[in-house]
Amino acid sequence: MTITTEALREVALTRVEYDQVVELLGREPRPVELGMFGAMWSEHCGYKNSRPLLKKFPTTGPRVVQGPGENAGVVDIGDGIGIAFKIESHNHPSAVEPYQGAATGVGGIVRDIFTMGARPIALLNSLRFGSLDSPRTRYIFDGVVGGIGGYGNCLGIPTVAGDIFFDDSYTGNPLVNAMCVGVVDNSAIMRAKASGVGNLVVLVGADTGRDGIHGATFASVENPEESHRGVIQVGNPFLEKLLLEACLEVLQTEHVVAMQDLGAAGLTSSVVECASSGDVGIEIDVQKVTRREQGMNAYEVMLSESQERMLVVVREEGLEDVRAIFDRWDLHSDVIGRVTGDGNVCIMDGEAVEVNVPASFFVDQCPTYVRDGIESARIANARAFDVDSLPDLSREDVGDALHALMASPNICSREPVVQTYDHTIMSNTVLPPLAGDAAVVRIKGTNKAIAVKTDCNPRYVYLDPYVGGMHAVAEAARNVSCTGAKPIALTNCLNFGSPEKPEGYYQLERAVSGMADAARALETPVVSGNVSLYNESGNEAVFPTPTVGVVGLIEDVSTAVGMTASSGAVLLLAGQHSATIGGSEYLKQRHGMTAGAPPSLDLDLEIRVQKFVQDAIASRMVHAAHDTSEGGLLVAVIEMLDGSLGSALDFSCLASENGGRLDRLYFGEAASRIIIAAAPTQVEALRTLAEAADVPLAEIGRVNTSGVLRMDDATSIPILDLHDSWASGLKR
Amino acid sequence: MGKQQYLVEVFISLKEVVNDPQGLAIRDGLHNLGFDEVDGVRAGKYLQVSVNAGSPEQAQQRTAEMCDTLLANTVIEEYRITVADRATS
Amino acid sequence: MRFGVVTFPGSNGDHDALSAIELGLQQEVAPVWHKDRSVDGFDALIIPGGFSYGDYLRAGAIARFSPIMEAVTDFAQQGGPILGICNGFQVLAEAGLAPGVLLRNANLSFSCRWVHTRVETGRTAFSNGLQPGTVLRLPIAHGEGRFFVTPEELAHLEERQQIVFRYCDEYGNDDPLANPNGSTDSIAGVCNERGNVVALMPHPERAYDPLLGGDEGLQILGAVLRSGVEAAVGR
Repeated sequence: MTITTEALREVALTRVEYDQVVELLGREPRPVELGMFGAMWSEHCGYKNSRPLLKKFPTTGPRVVQGPGENAGVVDIGDGIGIAFKIESHNHPSAVEPYQGAATGVGGIVRDIFTMGARPIALLNSLRFGSLDSPRTRYIFDGVVGGIGGYGNCLGIPTVAGDIFFDDSYTGNPLVNAMCVGVVDNSAIMRAKASGVGNLVVLVGADTGRDGIHGATFASVENPEESHRGVIQVGNPFLEKLLLEACLEVLQTEHVVAMQDLGAAGLTSSVVECASSGDVGIEIDVQKVTRREQGMNAYEVMLSESQERMLVVVREEGLEDVRAIFDRWDLHSDVIGRVTGDGNVCIMDGEAVEVNVPASFFVDQCPTYVRDGIESARIANARAFDVDSLPDLSREDVGDALHALMASPNICSREPVVQTYDHTIMSNTVLPPLAGDAAVVRIKGTNKAIAVKTDCNPRYVYLDPYVGGMHAVAEAARNVSCTGAKPIALTNCLNFGSPEKPEGYYQLERAVSGMADAARALETPVVSGNVSLYNESGNEAVFPTPTVGVVGLIEDVSTAVGMTASSGAVLLLAGQHSATIGGSEYLKQRHGMTAGAPPSLDLDLEIRVQKFVQDAIASRMVHAAHDTSEGGLLVAVIEMLDGSLGSALDFSCLASENGGRLDRLYFGEAASRIIIAAAPTQVEALRTLAEAADVPLAEIGRVNTSGVLRMDDATSIPILDLHDSWASGLKR
Repeated sequence: MGKQQYLVEVFISLKEVVNDPQGLAIRDGLHNLGFDEVDGVRAGKYLQVSVNAGSPEQAQQRTAEMCDTLLANTVIEEYRITVADRATS
Repeated sequence: MRFGVVTFPGSNGDHDALSAIELGLQQEVAPVWHKDRSVDGFDALIIPGGFSYGDYLRAGAIARFSPIMEAVTDFAQQGGPILGICNGFQVLAEAGLAPGVLLRNANLSFSCRWVHTRVETGRTAFSNGLQPGTVLRLPIAHGEGRFFVTPEELAHLEERQQIVFRYCDEYGNDDPLANPNGSTDSIAGVCNERGNVVALMPHPERAYDPLLGGDEGLQILGAVLRSGVEAAVGR
């Protein structure tokens, strides 16, 4: 029998891969088996292009309780408490149906966290869109923001931080990455590792419909809108809330040996993962699965991606207790199978054997590809462009340039967005969105707090994937440090184009190398992550976007600081003095270019600067700190001033290191620098601390109550006008 | 050509195969109140659109265009249109 | 004093209410399950926020038929102090225990931020001891919080002193811009005629610790300590 090309396309396997399946099995696969191989060997589940690269990441450390490979990573923050966290993409579903795509993305990542036995305490999201001038992008933007709020608000988990970036490269393929953070008792972490022959496999939650069949494969091909034929999943946050509470309650009993949520590839991946991690077999009967629709066959049941479902492996003697808890929460549950000793995944449809395959074939035997990457000549040329050959900004134009930057969609206030997210629920939010560089969430019952932030400047990664990858890690960590927290670990979501194109593979490989080197240097191991490749439309890849989510620890929550300076404060720049407009927001706004070399990154200096700021905050010497990212120094200063304040600035000490150029001085971007605000009485002590830490420290201005920004040369701009520009960017 | 006003009714609901959490919750609420005879509930939207058109067919067709472009999210929703009556303006 | 926090499927403000009473007010508190039929042993009840039954159909519409609601209604009729917050307001309004209805916010968007509210009367179980005019800074977080009554009903509420809180600016002045959701006459909270059932959209239970941005919610939750025991004993 020969398999048709159409049948292979259906499951997104190559002929070579199909032959591997036949060789492994020693026979032709049955139809359901083939569908399951297609899903498990997709990039989304099998990481076949990225797995060799992911080995570069540091994944261990003294605080790591659970590294990659589980539903989420866990780090120890002392007192037996673990922080479970992970970020995941839902890009392709969001391109097709923005509201539901984003909503179910939130639902999926939240399930990953409570599957570990952790109570979710914070949500973040990292979003990338095309230009807001396009009505389609506006529709996608509104839908995604609405879906995130609609789902997260209903669950009662605060959405506390994130980042949004706009560029035309995302027009046909927006990025929606959702991150969830939970708290778990380190001794009670649950894993997706089935064990105990004879234990029962229980499916709980929503009934199974034809939602999102082949979602995992669909996430691994280009042009999502064209390729998607399945049924869009509609999220039910109310049901998820019940599932969350019920699962956490069930995990308090002694009866559960493993738990795995149903995400991409639905029952297929959860059954396979549970069996393979536990080195056991699982036998289930699809007829025991309650359906939402009539006439579904075994193939559809196994590949359905209906949301809000959980697979629980339960000891037989505990079944009654466990089901009583689910009943109490009005959740339907079915016993659909058992753990077996033969290591096989066996799927029955009543009496008929639909699948009988060793679990390891789906996981360990998944092919991996190491490819040869080549840098795109077009991008290499763009990077080689000498940005200092552009005419400098004249003094008269500084005000206009500043207004334009404040109103730029990439810099302007996120207030209209964050106001639609509930960020005060759970009464843990110490630094809400926009109050600091990262959100600070206290850990109830302790004196501690965590700081969390996502970040990635995709322009830097586009222009130089290695340096850009380092920046993504360093900037997320720097933001966390600005609240006084010590970054302890990270999660990442690798959003790239097709790895089958040498230019795409090059970006992926180099960015991962840069991220790995920075993570190692900053001692922030990678404990979880997700890979989303094939983010392309019309044959053009999105900007390479390795989103990084960092978690930091604050030992004494009362020391945390935000970014708002008070009147009378001295503003000091700690760290790098020299900036560049290469890859900057200014260059894009003013000259319409994404070009030049992005800022360089000296990891040793980065570590020293972050440590210095953490120490200065912990000893209460500074009351505000702010990273200077997109837009440069002036933008950062304004973000630190509330509308009633003003500031007299003097950047003269930085002029020579910026080649005397105003564009670099005011709007150039650089890593490893943080503006801190301190009372004048603290300046001497700060200088001493900086000197001991080998960190350059320069006084760049003072905060006053004038309501006016006064620059070196007496140019004055009312702060409220700048705030108006800043507040208006996302409206329209 | 003379135009008249038609009252067009639009019923929008999730496609049969799409999960309807709202319908499920309402169904369960009815069960809790003892309405055991309820088998299923699908929730949707009902709109009345006053349309000036040359004929009922034209009113129907224009409203269908409105549904495709704005009123319904055809990725997940379907719609049914009735040109119910001439609106009394 | 012993508080009960009623939890419906989809409630999500129950944890905050429990924490605020336990950590902020330092009083005894326990959850009450929606399938229970008794509230015996509680001196005051809180109906917390959230999305009971997903808020599908109408906010609060399905929850109000929960088994526990009969006991809650009896408790109210006997003069027991009840505080409905956010979705709890919607449940009480659907059950007829609090006046008015709650519609989608005027800007059709969920809104989470801190607002100022002014105490309009100190005669209720949850404003007892507060001077009218007192300004409290509290968070809101809702998409359906636009309080609506007809002009006749409004006059009726005014007359019977059933308006307990109004949105205002930080100095306590009326300001249409301070009305975050388009509520009739900037009304943020109301009570029943007797004053033992109070319902409001802002979240006092999220404002019990300066670390979280403010602790002025405790003034509302704590007011019942002055009035509640009396009321509880009196019934």
